[in-house]
Amino acid sequence: MSVMTYRDALNQALREEMLRDDRVFLMGEEVAEYDGAYKVSRGLLKEFGPKRIVDTPIAELGFTGIGVGAAMVGLRPVIEMMTWNFALLAIDEIVNTAAKIRYMSGGQIGCPIVFRGPGGAALQLGAQHSQSFESWYSHIPGLKVVMPATPADAKGLLKAAIRDDNPVVFIEGEMLYNNKGEVPEGEYLTPLGTADIKRAGTDVTIVSHGKTVAVALKAAEQLAAEGVNAEVIDLRTIRPLDTATILGSVSRTNRCVVVEEGWQFAGVGAQVVDLIQREIFDALDAPVLRVTGADVPMPYNKHLEKAAKADPAKVIAAAKQVLYLP
Amino acid sequence: MAASTKPARKPASPDTAALHRQYLRQMLLIRRFEEKTGEAYSLGKIGGFCHLYIGQEAVAVGSIAALRPDDYITSAYREHGQALTRGITSRAVMAELFGKATGCSHGKGGSMHLFDAKLGFLGGHGIVGSHIPIAAGAAFAIKYKGGNQVSVCYFGEAAANIGAFHEALNMASLWDLPAIFICENNGYGMGTAVARASAVQSLSTRGNAYDMPAEMVDGQDVLVVREAMDRAVKRAREESKPTLLEIRTYRYVGHSMSDAAHGTYRTKDEVEEYRRRDPIKLLADRMRGEGTLDDAGWEALEAEVKAEVDDAYTFAEESPEPDPSQLYADVYAESGEAKS
Amino acid sequence: MATKIVMEALSPTMEEGRLVEWKKKEGDAVAVGDVLAEVETDKAVMELVARAAGTLLKQLVAAGATVPVSSPVGWIGTAGESVDGGAPAAPAPAATPAPAAAPAAPATQPAPTAQPAPAAPTAQPAQPAPAAPAAPAAPAAPGARVKASPLARKIAADTGVSLQGVTGSGPEGRIIKRDLDAVAGDRPAASGKPGALPVSAARSSLPAFSDVPLTQIRKTIAKRLIQSIGPIPTFYLTSEVDMERVAEAREALNAAAGDQGKISFNDIVLKAVATALTQHPAVNSWWQDDHIRVWNEVHLGVAVATEDGLIVPVIRNAERQSLREISAATRDLAGRARDRKLKPEEYTGSTFSVSNLGMFDIEHFTAIINPPEAGIIAVGRIAPVPAVVNGSVEIRRRMRLTMSCDHRVIDGAAGAQFMKTLKLLLENPLALVW
Repeated sequence: MSVMTYRDALNQALREEMLRDDRVFLMGEEVAEYDGAYKVSRGLLKEFGPKRIVDTPIAELGFTGIGVGAAMVGLRPVIEMMTWNFALLAIDEIVNTAAKIRYMSGGQIGCPIVFRGPGGAALQLGAQHSQSFESWYSHIPGLKVVMPATPADAKGLLKAAIRDDNPVVFIEGEMLYNNKGEVPEGEYLTPLGTADIKRAGTDVTIVSHGKTVAVALKAAEQLAAEGVNAEVIDLRTIRPLDTATILGSVSRTNRCVVVEEGWQFAGVGAQVVDLIQREIFDALDAPVLRVTGADVPMPYNKHLEKAAKADPAKVIAAAKQVLYLP
Repeated sequence: MAASTKPARKPASPDTAALHRQYLRQMLLIRRFEEKTGEAYSLGKIGGFCHLYIGQEAVAVGSIAALRPDDYITSAYREHGQALTRGITSRAVMAELFGKATGCSHGKGGSMHLFDAKLGFLGGHGIVGSHIPIAAGAAFAIKYKGGNQVSVCYFGEAAANIGAFHEALNMASLWDLPAIFICENNGYGMGTAVARASAVQSLSTRGNAYDMPAEMVDGQDVLVVREAMDRAVKRAREESKPTLLEIRTYRYVGHSMSDAAHGTYRTKDEVEEYRRRDPIKLLADRMRGEGTLDDAGWEALEAEVKAEVDDAYTFAEESPEPDPSQLYADVYAESGEAKS
Repeated sequence: MATKIVMEALSPTMEEGRLVEWKKKEGDAVAVGDVLAEVETDKAVMELVARAAGTLLKQLVAAGATVPVSSPVGWIGTAGESVDGGAPAAPAPAATPAPAAAPAAPATQPAPTAQPAPAAPTAQPAQPAPAAPAAPAAPAAPGARVKASPLARKIAADTGVSLQGVTGSGPEGRIIKRDLDAVAGDRPAASGKPGALPVSAARSSLPAFSDVPLTQIRKTIAKRLIQSIGPIPTFYLTSEVDMERVAEAREALNAAAGDQGKISFNDIVLKAVATALTQHPAVNSWWQDDHIRVWNEVHLGVAVATEDGLIVPVIRNAERQSLREISAATRDLAGRARDRKLKPEEYTGSTFSVSNLGMFDIEHFTAIINPPEAGIIAVGRIAPVPAVVNGSVEIRRRMRLTMSCDHRVIDGAAGAQFMKTLKLLLENPLALVW
């Protein structure tokens, strides 16, 4: 095991996959000479050269489309979105072509591509730079959506995503890049579509993904001090959802809180709640509750922004509610 | 950028005669196929959107004649002409229009999404302009892999106003991609004349904005189209540089089956005027003049094409529907790596 | 304008009525509520009352005739108004009030009952509207669902515990898992400890009934058992009860009661059954096709033989009646049953029934369940028989009770537990006042 940052874990994944397969290349704004806006691609230009680490003009629609076209004829592009906020400009290529080309062509032409970049909020970046769109992409048949929360998962999942023959939306987090964690030595892949129980427990299940995994773990810690043993699930992949892990856990604990960074309406959590009440209704001793971002554009002010985010206190309150504790 | 209107005069050689006959047949096939398609659509055998290529045949035939089998073609949704000329059989195209399992996209695509991976035919795209970066991406991959194929992209003049066109052309020029961007300027985006949509009327001048060689081409003359395309293909293969070809043409029918041929946005007289320069007629007249086509030959050709189109229609009618299980097929690739 | 008198549905199941005797003659003045005629229904002889005031203009039907419900039998109007065995003459300013809906004459009107009789083939205009009668002062509205989490419901169903009487600690009284954990902790007889007396749940907080949707298990049982045994899959449980203590207690009580009215063995059995039912509401239930109505109130049907056949008058809220009151009610109802003077609400709406053929020396028999009830007890004779008591043979007065159970509603264990409680109560009569 080595300890490294989430950023370095991604960097290693890119490097290893590019060494392994000539068809893999990285394209995006500032990925080459600048070493990446968030330094995820640090050192890669030096090692692989400008043919494989490609700086683009500011033209998300254009270079995403170029990536999609290249994937359709046999390359395995990794397209970096400086942030997922800007991918709105490229969403036509992702949703209308990448997700659908296999289906529309009757199975003839695929699109093995990874679209990756940071999503969600950081600190005081304001309304246009703080958005979580995983529920948008999860809605689309033909896409896979992955959100690693830890360095180990980031490396394993990015490697697996690059090797996956489907278009994968890979959402990282600006606030996660500096987090350190243990990463296994040697070659390993983390399979897409598998959730991970980050903390085993018996009294309540807390389902989380991305940045809210840390929020859930913190809440679990405080709950433990009060005698409540919470189980924390990290979804890791949003689409396809690991339904077995979620249902298995809630069947055992009989109560569940789902926490996410995004907005409430039709968010990822709504899908998890539907799954639980539909499949294991009789196991529930309380309704499934959700903790989400506030239903507002992200404000700039520091305190307002904090109030708009999911935090451990909100998770604890929800957990206590489903436990019928005061 | 010279405007190309007349082909260089050369005496008719046997090779030329054969080539002209090929062009004539291909154009006539498109014409009769599209007419049959219109008929089938009115009978309810084809559903959804259907955009006919009638009047523009010389563009597809003249340009594709310049390509190799390992080149790539990407088109928008008025792509029956390119599909047939590229080599997707009339049976496979008609069956796809009918939504049958024997269609080139197995009934899952329809008129706007014809595909054939083996022929390098990358579709058939429904969002205006969004396939232009994709064609540039195919060109990127050609260069990346060190090959000398070319990637050809067909789009209408109205697509030259959308962001994707500009982003793709900029990057194609910036990175020297072996792409040929063919703007089929038929004068109208649905009901909007190009004068009302575009600040610049000769779209070939947009090549300037991207330091890209460009030509304006008379699209009614298949030989002129061929020559212009040869120049572009040479540039792409030998120098790995892109070209913008504005090929001026005309559609005799409405934008789609749901749209009027004339009336609110153009006059019947105008359409009639353009019919005088029907591409098929133009070539046939030239061939008669050169002695490479006579009445018997023409009738034989008509009969042959008719037989092919009728056969395609019957094939499509008799072909089976996709199995209901196909609803869920090919949404995802099986996990694992691509074979290629 | 004249008012038509019609043959009304005087019982829920009545389809035709025999006009036994006119009480008013043509030309007589009639006030609203006056008895116009006596009508024999399928169950009893009832009174047909006037809905309008005026003069009885015409009798369309002769005494003794039988006509279908809703057919015209007469006319009330202004004296001199001509009615033609049918349509009235030109409208005249009427002093007669327009025929109002039922409750204009409370005296002879059937009073609104809590529940309409089940499976009424015709919905009748005279049907009393459902209203809460002498409903218990319960905080929950009649018909309120018991709130319980899905998990709590499942646990209750799986362990045969009733949700009735469990206090829910969740929001708005929702019963949750830990509430059932608490109940399991202090459940007496059902947990198998011998000699623990069953205790009735506190009644004041209970609603009249609750509707329990069918679980998959219930649905499957219902479907399969019907195929094997007929419309109501019935099974029978027999229990022999030692009646020595009851006999002693009854003697003593009747000696002390003097002229206040004697208590019969059957009265004691009825009291015991009513008490036991409050502790086993699952047995005090109605099959309702797509759900089961579990009653907390006990409306006890007591089978009475009359000349015309069996009728089962109902002691309402037997769970709240003392032994004396039950005895008086039984006497009254039985008497009026034989005279065919029962009102519909007096022979409908029972939640459980008891049939006693002991007076005919029948040792044991099986009674037929009264749908939509789920159970009925057949009481045999009390007779001295040899019995083993503490290892030696004694002569004891014993009685056989046989319970018929609708397996769609009552499983063997549930029925058996009820019988066990009943036996316990009868063998320890003081438990009736526990």
